Amino acid sequence: MSAARVGVVTFPGTLDDQDAARAVRHAGGEAVPLWHADPDLKGVDAVFLPGGFSYGDYLRCGAISRFAPLMEELIPAARAGLPVLGTCNGFQILCEAHLLPGALMRNASLHYICRDQGVVVENTATPWTADFTEGQRIVLPIKHGEGRYVADEATLAALEANGQVVFRYVGNPNGSLNDIAGIRNEAGNIVGLMPHPEHAVEDLTGAPSTDGRGFFTSILKKLVNA
Amino acid sequence: MARVIVDVMLKPEILDAQGQAIARALPRLGFSGVSSVRQGKRFEVEIEGPADEAALAEVRKMAETLLANTVIEDFTVTVAG
Repeated sequence: MSAARVGVVTFPGTLDDQDAARAVRHAGGEAVPLWHADPDLKGVDAVFLPGGFSYGDYLRCGAISRFAPLMEELIPAARAGLPVLGTCNGFQILCEAHLLPGALMRNASLHYICRDQGVVVENTATPWTADFTEGQRIVLPIKHGEGRYVADEATLAALEANGQVVFRYVGNPNGSLNDIAGIRNEAGNIVGLMPHPEHAVEDLTGAPSTDGRGFFTSILKKLVNA
Repeated sequence: MARVIVDVMLKPEILDAQGQAIARALPRLGFSGVSSVRQGKRFEVEIEGPADEAALAEVRKMAETLLANTVIEDFTVTVAG
């Protein structure tokens, strides 16, 4: 049986695509490079939107990437159920594309934060988090200047009521409402978070944890069993 | 030719951390009596024809689509005098 194929998107200014592709391969999947200017998903089974500073973060983080030719294909596919994970800038792009509710703003401290961060897994009913247990505390790196999650009261209430808060910070680093580190759409196939699982999959470089592996083992199991 | 101004401001309920930092800096620089500062963005859009209702509708569409994120921001469109 051929390996599950996970597309990894590169925009101008993307930084984490190589780590994301490596993490996919590490878990036994095939990483398929997807190019922002090429409106072709190459028949992939899932898509990883990595972090970085796509289009220089001009205007707002993710505001321009949202209109890239590839996104014209990705947005309807994601709405139709294609599993999509966005980390950091990828999360910002998913919010700008209205695939996830709310927005990410400048950290309350106004400082760029780069550190290992405790995160609690709140929801495992997604193809990206099924290998975790609810309430599990994991450690992942964060590195962002604009990670403060905001949404209006009604949206926040709906996220909480529907179990769409997927990750919460242990000790809020950036002022995110309700300590939100990551969310999912109602269907559960689209997940966005500020922390970086792709940087925490190998002992040599992932210290202090390899907790990011769970994202990749989750999606690969899901795709193989699909 | 006409110039249309799009002002984009964070919605009032959204915390403006940058505006707060500016407000905190002002007294240190000797500017007193400032109770708050909110920071926004201003776009000057040059259009080829006159700033008639159709052109302004087009600029509003631009603002909704790209210039502002209406999840967190409000915008106003005015014609430069």
